[in-house]
Amino acid sequence: MIRVEGIKKSFGKVRAVRGVSFDAPDGKITGLLGPNGAGKSTTLRVLYTVLKPDEGRATIDGADVVTDALAARGRIGALPHGAGLYPHLTARENIAYFARLCGLDKAEIDDRVEQIVRLLEIGDFAERRTKGFSQGQRTKVSLARALVHDPQNVILDEPSNGLDVMATRSLRELILKLKDDGRCVLFSSHVMQEVAALCDDICIVANGKVAIDDSIDGIREQTGCDDIEDAFVKAIHMVEPE
Amino acid sequence: MMRTTLTVFFKEVLDNFRDRRTLASALLMGPIFGPVLFAFVINLSVERSLEDQESTLELPIIGQEFAPNLVAFLRSKNIDAVDGPEDLAAAMEAVKSGVHDIVLIIPEEFGEQLADTIPAKVELVSDQANTDADRDARRARSALLSYNQLLAGTRVIARGINPRALQPLNIDEVDVSTPSGRSALLLGMMSYFFVFAALMGGMYLAIDTTAGERERGSLEPLLSLPVTRDQLILGKIAATCLFMALSLTLSLLAFYVSLGFMPLEKLGMTPNFGPGVVLAALAIFLPFILVGAALMTLVASFTKSYREAQTWLSVVLIAPTMPILIVSILTLRPRLEFMFIPSLSQHLLLVDMVKNEPVNALHVTISVVSTLILGILLTWVCARLYRREGLLG
Repeated sequence: MIRVEGIKKSFGKVRAVRGVSFDAPDGKITGLLGPNGAGKSTTLRVLYTVLKPDEGRATIDGADVVTDALAARGRIGALPHGAGLYPHLTARENIAYFARLCGLDKAEIDDRVEQIVRLLEIGDFAERRTKGFSQGQRTKVSLARALVHDPQNVILDEPSNGLDVMATRSLRELILKLKDDGRCVLFSSHVMQEVAALCDDICIVANGKVAIDDSIDGIREQTGCDDIEDAFVKAIHMVEPE
Repeated sequence: MMRTTLTVFFKEVLDNFRDRRTLASALLMGPIFGPVLFAFVINLSVERSLEDQESTLELPIIGQEFAPNLVAFLRSKNIDAVDGPEDLAAAMEAVKSGVHDIVLIIPEEFGEQLADTIPAKVELVSDQANTDADRDARRARSALLSYNQLLAGTRVIARGINPRALQPLNIDEVDVSTPSGRSALLLGMMSYFFVFAALMGGMYLAIDTTAGERERGSLEPLLSLPVTRDQLILGKIAATCLFMALSLTLSLLAFYVSLGFMPLEKLGMTPNFGPGVVLAALAIFLPFILVGAALMTLVASFTKSYREAQTWLSVVLIAPTMPILIVSILTLRPRLEFMFIPSLSQHLLLVDMVKNEPVNALHVTISVVSTLILGILLTWVCARLYRREGLLG
C-alpha cells in the first residue's frame, strides 16, 4: 500500500511536482499517467526515497519515505527509468548481488534467483555477461533484480519503454500476476492505451499536479470523452500551467 | 552493516577484475611504468659518467707550436689538441656561437716568458653559462693546473728546495656519503612512482563506483535498496583500497626485482632495498592508500561523467607528488612537521630507509597516525556527500 499526500518538489526554479496525492492499494494496479515532464519520475523517485519531498509526505505500508526511509525501501521493489546493469557481471550475478544487498542468505538467494529467472524467462541468457544485452533483456534482468527480494510494493518507472511487442506482452502478464499475488503495483507511462489495458486506478498528472485520479470508466465519465486518448488529452488541459 | 559493505566490496572487486581497462591500468601500467623509466634513467646516467672518464677531449688550441711540451702533457691527460680558430676574437665568437665549447690560446711569447720565469700567459675561452661545456672546461683547467704544478716543482727542485715547501697545507677531504647515501638522491624518485602506482591502481575503480555507476544507470536502483548509503560507499572505497594496495605491492616488487638488474654499483650506489625495506615501505605507504582512495572517490563523485572524472582525477594524480617534488628540489632534511603531510612523510621515511639511516620512530608514528586520520576524515566527507540528493545528477 502506497500513500502519497500532497508532495511537492522543486529543482532550483523548476517546480517539478506541485502537489500530488493518490493511494495505490494492495492487490491493485495503479497507473501514473502523464505527458513527458509531468512529474511522474520525480514522484516515483520520492517514493523509492532517492529524493526527499520539499513538502507533503508519502508512506509505504505505513513507513514514511523520509523519516523511515530504510524500512520504506525494504518494502519496495523499484525499477527506475533507464535502469542499468553491471556489464561485467552475468545476468544471474546482477540479480544475486541485489538479493544479497537485500539481506537474503545464501540458500535463499539461490532459490529466489532461480525462481525469478524462471518467472521472467531469463534462463537462456542468465549466465551471460550483460554487456551487449538487448533493451528487452536488460529490462527483464532489471525487473528480476527489483523483484528478487519478493517486495510487497512494486514501483516501475516507464517499464515498457523500448520493449518490442513480445516483451511488452510478457511484462503485462507479469504485472497482472503481481496483482493476483495481492501486491501493490504502481507504474508510470505516457501511453494511455497501455495504462487503460492494465490499471484499476489511473492517476493522470500534468504540470506537476493531479488532473484526475479515478478508474478508467470514471475518467471517461468525468471528461465526457468515450475515446481514451481524447479523455487523456482533455484531462491534461484541466491542469493550468504554472 | 558489515555484511552489506562486504557484499559491495566483493562485487566491486569481481567486477573490476573482469574489466580489462581497470586491470591494465591498475596492475600493469602503474607498477611497470616506474621501474622501466627508472632503468632507462639509470642506464643513461651510468653511460654518461663512464663516457666522461674514458673519452678523449678534443681541445682547440691556438698557437700549439709555441708550447709543444704543454700539448704533449695534455695528450697524456687524454686531451688532444686540434686546430683552433684564427685568433682571440674568432675564438670568442666560436665559443659564443657554440661551434666550440672551449678554446685554449697560447701566445707567441709563452716559451720566452717561461724561460724568464715570468708567469706565462695562456687564455682559456669558455662560456660559463653553458653548463654542458662546464665539464670540458673544468677538465682542461685542471689539466693546466697540473702542468702548472709540475713546472713549479721542477723549478724549486732546480733551486735545491724540496717541492713540498710549496704545499704548506695538506687538504684531505673526507666524504661521509655512503654508497647507500648517494643512492638516496636518485632513489628518492622511487616514492614518486609508488604514490603514482597506488593512485593509478584505484583510479578507474574510484570512477567506476561513482560517476561510472551513475552514467550507466545502475546507481538509482542501487540506492533504492534497503541499505544505507554509508554502507555502499564504504564497500566501494574498500574495494578501491584493495586495488591500490595491489598496485603498490606490485610496484614495490617490480622495483625490488629490477634494481637487481641496474648497474647501480657503477654509480657508486648500493641502495638499501632488500625484502625488509620493501615490507616496511609497504607498511608505511598503506595509510596513504586510504587517503588516495577517499580523495579520488570524493572527486569522482562530483563529476557528471566518466570522461569528466578522468580529467579531474589526472589532476589528483599529480597533487600528492607536488610536496615530494618541492622538497626534493629544495633538498630539505626530514623535519617533524613534514611528517604531517601525506605522501611527503612517506617519501622522507622511505629515503631514510634506502639510505640505511636509522628511522625516527616518532616520525613513523606521526606519519602513520596523521595520514590515517586524514584518510578517515576524507572517507567521512565522502560518505556525507554520498548522502546528498544531487548525487544522482
